[in-house]
Amino acid sequence: MANVLELVEIRKSFGKDLVLNQLSLSVPEHTATVLIGASGSGKSTLLRCINLLESIDDGQIFLDGEEISDPLINVDEIRRKLGMVFQSFNLFPHKTVIENITLAPIKVQGKSKEEAIAAAQKLLRRFDLGDKADQYPDRLSGGQQQRVAIIRSLAINPRLLLLDEITSALDPVLVNEVLSIVRDLKSDGMTMVLATHEMGFATQVADEVCFLESGNILERGSAQEVLHNPQNLKTQEFLKRVHQAGRL
Amino acid sequence: MTERTNSAWSPSSREIERGIARRRISRKQGSIAAISSILVIGTLIAIVVSSPGWEIVKKTFFDINYGREVFPTVIAGLWINLQLTFIGGACIAIIALGLALMRTTKSPALTPFRFLATAYVDIFRGAPLILIILLVGFGVPALRLTGISSNVIFLGTVAVVLTYSAYVAEVIRSGILSIHPSQRAAARSLGLTSGQTMRYVVLPQAIRRVVPPLLNDFVSLLKDTGLVSILGVTDAVRAAQINASRTFNYTPYVVAAILFLLITIPMTRYTDRAIRQRTSAQNSEGAI
Repeated sequence: MANVLELVEIRKSFGKDLVLNQLSLSVPEHTATVLIGASGSGKSTLLRCINLLESIDDGQIFLDGEEISDPLINVDEIRRKLGMVFQSFNLFPHKTVIENITLAPIKVQGKSKEEAIAAAQKLLRRFDLGDKADQYPDRLSGGQQQRVAIIRSLAINPRLLLLDEITSALDPVLVNEVLSIVRDLKSDGMTMVLATHEMGFATQVADEVCFLESGNILERGSAQEVLHNPQNLKTQEFLKRVHQAGRL
Repeated sequence: MTERTNSAWSPSSREIERGIARRRISRKQGSIAAISSILVIGTLIAIVVSSPGWEIVKKTFFDINYGREVFPTVIAGLWINLQLTFIGGACIAIIALGLALMRTTKSPALTPFRFLATAYVDIFRGAPLILIILLVGFGVPALRLTGISSNVIFLGTVAVVLTYSAYVAEVIRSGILSIHPSQRAAARSLGLTSGQTMRYVVLPQAIRRVVPPLLNDFVSLLKDTGLVSILGVTDAVRAAQINASRTFNYTPYVVAAILFLLITIPMTRYTDRAIRQRTSAQNSEGAI
């Protein structure tokens, strides 16, 4: 299986803070890689680096074998191949649901308005949001907003989907409606990298779980291995704390 | 979403009692407000009217017959102010938007424009409008450039546009900077270029946010068009001045002031309402 994403010894610091340290990661096609770790361990920064929202200090990032950490690359073209969903949804408040979803297909991919709207409506119906097309985001619940944000990133047919703690800002009762979309996408064969604190969900979707600590992957393996039989002391400690918080 | 219905409800006896009490309280507060208003305003009027110079002031500032006589010339002047405001306002909107975009751009090709825009804003925001009007009004014709009109209305408008573009550019720029970076990140992550992000995501939200302060500037613009009278433009202020200096009766100034207020007061009321609505919308949603 070809690797969609390949990170080779990437390094990123903000001033004196070393956030990612010699981190390497391979993501094969149709797999889900789950990043776990405490806040500040570098999960979000890693996802932002992959999406070229942050530039790396050293190392290489390959997307389908092409080096995207090359400074001469057209970043807009690369980002069209990557979907990103944020913790705080980041929907455009001045645009309706359908306008949020069709903005990139129309302006970036050059699709006709009719074509983009038809595709968006199909996605909305699939995820039970068919009646929300003309609503503004502030009329939707948090869970609905995050589902729209996921659909917005799917509308550009990304090669790889990056999900950054997409349920952390949600009411516990709304978490599942968002996670069920991710499960659907996983069974569709979407390649994903996701940061999450939902360990039960991680067990369900992860092909590989990576435990991040101080900008490096301390332990990696199947969900069974890392989440239920961790070898590294720090992983054990982290999971114990999560367990005490009632998330496992 | 299902609407909860209210039709089956009839107030309890306790609620009816409370309603009576509330009405009694509000009646009492209403009468206190009325008495206090009459006292304060009545005192002010009494002070003015009983002052030793009142008879003369009344004749020279509030001569109703003379006011009626000069009214047509003052209102014709006001028409100039209004034209200046609307034509100038349109030019200001375009120039200010350009300046704001230049000041916020990070594109290396536009670096010189960024510096120029910053210098422009510094100069025209920092210098008194009246000086700019004098410099443009008397300086530009002295250059004797061919093709540039030395019409005072034109030059006055140019001076006002130059200054107000700097003010408005800063308001728009503050709106652009107030949009949370996560909006930009979301747009860029979808593959939009920085120009597209500005045009479709940042600017529409920024403009909505700055509408109330822009309305404020619009009211100021209307008032400040009165300053072009120093170039000899026969606007409302100048028309009043001509009449006043002919008869040494200052009623025309009062007429001009009232005419300006008739336009600006509704505008400021409207602006206040727009600001209130914006604030409450922000408080309830958090997102916009």
